[in-house]
Amino acid sequence: MNYETSPIAIATFAAFVAFSLWIAVYLARRAKTAHGYYAADGSIHWAVNGLAFAGDYLSAASFLGICGMIATAGYDGFLYSIGYLAGWIVALFVVAEPVKRLGRYTFADALNSRFNARSVQFTAAISTLVVSLFYLIPQMVGAGSLVTPLLGIPHTFGVVLVGGIVIFIVATAGMASTTYVQFLKGGLLILFSTILAGAVLLRGISTTPSGSDLVSMPFHLDTSGNLRIDRPGYSVVPGQENSELVRKGYIKVRHDGAISVWKVSQTSNTLEETLTVTTRPDGSKLYNGAPLSAGKFHQVGQASKIIQNGRSVAQTGALGPLEFLSVLQRSTVIRWDKETIADGDNQIAIYFQKPTPGSDVMRPGLKFKVDKGASSTDRLNFVSLMLALFCGTAALPHILIRYYTVPDVAAARKSTIVAISAIGFFYILTLFMGLGAMVSGVIDVTDNNMSAPLLARSFGTFLFACISAIAFATVLGTVSGLIVAASGAVAHDLIDRFFGGTVSDSGRVVAGKLAAVAVGVVAIFLGIRYEGMNVSYLVGWAFAVAASANLPALVMLLFWKRTTAAGISASIVAGLAISVALILLSPTMYESVYHLSADAAPIGLDSPAIIAMPLSFVTLVAVSLLTQPVQTVSEVTEATTA
Amino acid sequence: MNDPSTRRDQELIAYKARLGLWMFVVYALIYGGFVYINTFHPRLMGLDMLGVNLAVVYGLGLIVFAVILALIYNSLCARAESDASEDTASEDSDVR
Repeated sequence: MNYETSPIAIATFAAFVAFSLWIAVYLARRAKTAHGYYAADGSIHWAVNGLAFAGDYLSAASFLGICGMIATAGYDGFLYSIGYLAGWIVALFVVAEPVKRLGRYTFADALNSRFNARSVQFTAAISTLVVSLFYLIPQMVGAGSLVTPLLGIPHTFGVVLVGGIVIFIVATAGMASTTYVQFLKGGLLILFSTILAGAVLLRGISTTPSGSDLVSMPFHLDTSGNLRIDRPGYSVVPGQENSELVRKGYIKVRHDGAISVWKVSQTSNTLEETLTVTTRPDGSKLYNGAPLSAGKFHQVGQASKIIQNGRSVAQTGALGPLEFLSVLQRSTVIRWDKETIADGDNQIAIYFQKPTPGSDVMRPGLKFKVDKGASSTDRLNFVSLMLALFCGTAALPHILIRYYTVPDVAAARKSTIVAISAIGFFYILTLFMGLGAMVSGVIDVTDNNMSAPLLARSFGTFLFACISAIAFATVLGTVSGLIVAASGAVAHDLIDRFFGGTVSDSGRVVAGKLAAVAVGVVAIFLGIRYEGMNVSYLVGWAFAVAASANLPALVMLLFWKRTTAAGISASIVAGLAISVALILLSPTMYESVYHLSADAAPIGLDSPAIIAMPLSFVTLVAVSLLTQPVQTVSEVTEATTA
Repeated sequence: MNDPSTRRDQELIAYKARLGLWMFVVYALIYGGFVYINTFHPRLMGLDMLGVNLAVVYGLGLIVFAVILALIYNSLCARAESDASEDTASEDSDVR
């Protein structure tokens, strides 16, 4: 899609960045000690910390990814919202207070509180780094994808810009500046998402949303059996009878000197408009037969039939939240599917209309194969993903370190409750923003991640500018949190605790800042390296790895007295190794990264949690039982006489 | 590290941990039911309820229920903390 650069968007974004940098400079004096740098002196108010949790957690994957997925796959996208939110229940009820009570700066501190073992410190640090890296890549790639349309600058420059700003924010004032940037971003994201969802409900649903010029036209077969178009100015391109396109049910049509591809509907004797992206042998692309700049590739998504109060209408007017969902459930929505066909030396990606009953849109099954025809592996994949989302949140290192920024356990608990309320409210909004985009003619079929900003654009430039700037800020906030977590693992867990233990307080701060710069540079490199790759699934994998490697160790440490340091280390290694191995052998990895057939993958599972997590628990129990400390005579006597 | 030393503190920690665990089990069962229906009876999610379907009611319900459960948990924990600090204060004054 060809986006226009908005000066208001640039100004809004620049204002946010300038304010974030000012906060970092202002708070720099609080990062003079290790406690100040890693934990903001433990002085953040619980309400601020709660909203910062939301700012940390609601990453680009949450905002752009979920809205885009709901816009194209309906309720299945909302399942992510439900899973991501449910994970906070584990965080609140199981880990919040103990993690605050047991740790100091990092998740490894809490795990190692009973043992002071180097193995625990080392394995927890490695696990933190791996999970943070899985999470960082999509954020950095997303940053690059966002800046290109919004600020009119190249992907590489966008990634460097985001990386540079984040490194400055983190290296200047550590957790204090990161917290306030996330607080600001979380608040703005929820505020403007509420405005956007409200605007969707006020506008209602229409069969002809602005920006959508969907066309179909009738045809007939002449006496020789040739297809004739019943509309002046349109003609079938000759000589394509034996082409792959025609065999697959498409036909090339000439109009005003340009050639477009149409889908032949034999049942209604109509030709339906498609969108095409043609990749030529030299790698150049044509969008609907012309360069992107020609503007022939338009946005899509609309209701083809609206049923309100039992009657068919063309426009609903303003709707209440439940009424909006109810009307959509009874209507028919035109979604778009994709098929790639070889046409001579060219590859044509054809996006074609797929009218879908609202009742199917509003229940599971469009993305996840759980309905008729679903195999056991499909179902296992779905359960595994929902398990990873549920158990992953409470084991994400960049979320856990936020518990050290508040003064006490009560504040840790209260900030989690603020987070649950804010994040829960936001996730409810995603349903309205996503479904709103689905029927507002704003979807870019080549990149559904832009659905929320483009929905905002349908309400005017100002809202678009604000939502775009916030989308960008979303990346800044989350990346800051991830870099703090990763740099803490390198500087505090590895350099200080594992290798030395003799580093001075100011030395720890310097080590933390240097580690932040190093991790930031790695993040920039990865963001550039993976340009153009759809890496949103990496966030799902980050949850699966965190759930498999970290959660069993954390839960058993809290609830099983016979847990040993060796058991903890072994379970982290097992969870990490098994989940990463399963990911490397997964169908998605084969298809997206190795560019091989997904069928060639040795296992059919895309989400590893359902296997890796139980094995990590089993490993912990087995190794702990094998490494129980031998009681001395005096301990046994003490125990029996107590 | 804020290591609890008094017995009352430990009782308070144990109470909150037990409470959290029970609330977690309640939510996990309801979440598990949601995943079960979605996985094995997805068509059931299309059942009409109050103008919308079960998928919407159950999904939104899970989010709202999480918030309600969190508030109840906080209120019970805060009451226990307050009782514990009152007991400690009265013990201190008895000693004086």
